Formats: sequence, C-alpha cells, structure tokens
Amino acid sequence: MEAIPPKQVFQRTASIEERVNAVQAVLQEQGGDAAAGLADLDHSAQQEWVPQNGARVVARAWSDPAFRARLLADGRAAVAEMGLPMPKHHRHLVVLENTATVHNVICCTLCSCTAFTLIGLPPDWYKDFEYRSRVVREARTVLKEMGLDLPPETEIRVWDTTADTRYMVLPMQPAATVGWSPERLAAIVTRDSMIGVARL
Amino acid sequence: MDGMHDLGGKQGFGRVRYTLNAPAFHASWEVRANSLYALAVRRGLFNMDEYRHAIERMEPRHYLSAGYYERSLTGCATLLVEKGLVTHEELERRAQGRFPLAAPAAEGRSNHPASQPLRAGDRVRVRADYVPGHVRMPGYIRGKTGVVVSESPTYPFPDAHAHGVASQDEPTYDVRFRSEDLWPGSAEPALVHVAVFQSYLERIA
Ligand SMILES: [Fe+3]
Repeated sequence: MEAIPPKQVFQRTASIEERVNAVQAVLQEQGGDAAAGLADLDHSAQQEWVPQNGARVVARAWSDPAFRARLLADGRAAVAEMGLPMPKHHRHLVVLENTATVHNVICCTLCSCTAFTLIGLPPDWYKDFEYRSRVVREARTVLKEMGLDLPPETEIRVWDTTADTRYMVLPMQPAATVGWSPERLAAIVTRDSMIGVARL
Repeated sequence: MDGMHDLGGKQGFGRVRYTLNAPAFHASWEVRANSLYALAVRRGLFNMDEYRHAIERMEPRHYLSAGYYERSLTGCATLLVEKGLVTHEELERRAQGRFPLAAPAAEGRSNHPASQPLRAGDRVRVRADYVPGHVRMPGYIRGKTGVVVSESPTYPFPDAHAHGVASQDEPTYDVRFRSEDLWPGSAEPALVHVAVFQSYLERIA
C-alpha cells in the first residue's frame, strides 16, 4: 500500500506561474488532449479573436446600407454572414450606432464582458476598477480623461454588459473616407472606437 | 451577493490608466490562464455562471490586489477543487506554495415566482432583492426605475445556473435608466442601459 505523504504547510504563496502550471497539470491529467486544446485556445485568443474582425464589420456597414440595416436589426446573424460566428452563449449582439448627437460606450461593471470574438479580448483598462466603477456614473469626465471630449449637447449612452447579450459600437464614418474601399476603411477602425472610448 | 466585484458607481477610484492600443495580454502565463478556464468550460467541468461567481467569492483584499488573470485562475482553481477534480492540498503541493482560493458559495435561487414577460416601453422597477449567492443585478440598479427598450433571447438564469439549482431560461431586457435617478444629485447626465433578467423586474404603472 502506498504511503500517504504528510500534509505540507507552506509559508510562501506560490508564484502565479507556479499556480498556472499546477492547474494546467490537473487538466492534463483529466485526459483528452489538454495540450492541443490549450494550444488551440491560446491561438484563438491571440490570433483569431482580434479587433480586425469588428473593423471589417464596421467597414462593410459604412459601405453597404442593406448590410448596415441587417446589422442593426440582428447583429449576430449579420456578423455570421461575414464568417464571424459568435460563441454559443453570446445569443444576441446589439450594435450601437453613434451619430452626431448620440455617443455610445460599453463597459462591464461586474467583471469584463465584451464581444471578444469581434473586438478582441479587452485591454487592462477595461477590466480595471477605475473604468468599471466610474464610467456608469461620470461617463463624460471619464471619456474626457481618456482623450474624448464630447460636445455638451451630445447624449451619452452607457451600456453595462451584465448578461450574455453583447454590444459593439458602430462608430461614425469620418467624412473624408466616403468612397474608400472596405479594406481601406477597415484599416482605420480601432478597437477603442468599437468600445466607444474614442471617435474616428 | 453584494461583493467587492460589484463596482458600478463606487467612488474613490482615480483616472483610468488608459494607453492607446493597450494589449490584452502582457505575459504568456496570462494567455495560458485564460485558456485554462476556457478549456474547463469547453469540457463542461463548470459553466460561465459558476466561473463568474467563483471570482466574486474571492476574499475582497485578494480580489482587489490580484490582476485580472489571477482572478480568472483563482476562480478556475476554486471550481476544480469544489467539483472534486483535485484537492486544495494537492494544488498547493504541485505549486510548492500556498494557493489562495475563493470562499465557499452560499445558496442559489430559482426564477422569481411572479416573473412575467415585459414589452418595450414598459416602466419597470428592479426588485429590491438581497441574495447571498450569484446574481447579475448590479447593486446600483436595485430598487430603481427604468424603461424597457428591447428584449433578448432567453438565457440560463444565472442565480440558479451558478449553483446547480433547477430553473427556466428567461430573457433579459435592455432597461434604460437615467444616471440622475441612479445616483440622485451625484451623477453626470447620461442614459445607462443594463441587461436585466426578467426575474429581477416588476412592471409598474
Ligand atoms: Fe463581465
């Protein structure tokens, strides 16, 4: 019979890398091909779920009025048309159209939810306590601090992602870019403009 | 639960540490931590509501001092222990050091018995519920009044789904609130839209 080792009591907290490795070892021992599953997810997080996806959607919406209408009516179906399926649990995509008088901005006060397959996994500042606590209560000041000074007459709408409905801002097209090709347009669309903390 | 994670409207935090084109990841362990929880969800070891709630149950000082991906890893590890896939002791032996986990869960709850379908234009009040388990109602809308703008497809009810309690899927409503109603005399004017589960809402005249 195998001896049971005595319980170890540690004085130090394991480093974060040691804790990651410990959890990884547990999943690997579950069987299946955990290494391949993790490599696949690492790849998706860094190469597939990128803001260039959302940028293509925005560029097409600017260039194709019928697509724009479909996108605003049913975001999930419209992005799927472009070969951009969303995760099963994101059952609804609401696309928020910025205009000269309305500005939309997205947050998640409870954690970090975003339409990450379209606009990329969120940056630090989106998940930090400063943004999460303040943007719902003092949006205008927060946006101004972040470099977006909106005219006083612009109505601000803040969208708190508290369920699995996902949001994406459709930024206003800069007047100088009318008539550009969708590829050229997509290149000017930033992640932060699709979160709504920047205008183009 | 009225946990540390429920940050909307909390005061005292300073400027957003904003940089242009901030990366999503800063180190390879962050990428891996993200993939670990995602793999566990993909394999059905736990669901997203359980995962979110495990993070919410972190001791508040740990929650505040940990970065995002440490919170993610802590939630994932807590659930692996709670699901019986590994013991806490074994995790610490593997990591060769202490491995702080989240606190145990309280009870969940099922759909509200009086939950009823709503329509765009309905005036609604958020029920003044205080629950010990998982809930996706940010504290700043509790008891507040808003207007239904639209309806989503149905989703698992998080208050139940995070706790293995039986429940019906239900829609969320996009409810529009005025910031001045949420924090009277102490907010900048804006419209705040929140995705609110049907069980959290009651129609008012
Ligand atoms: Fe979130």
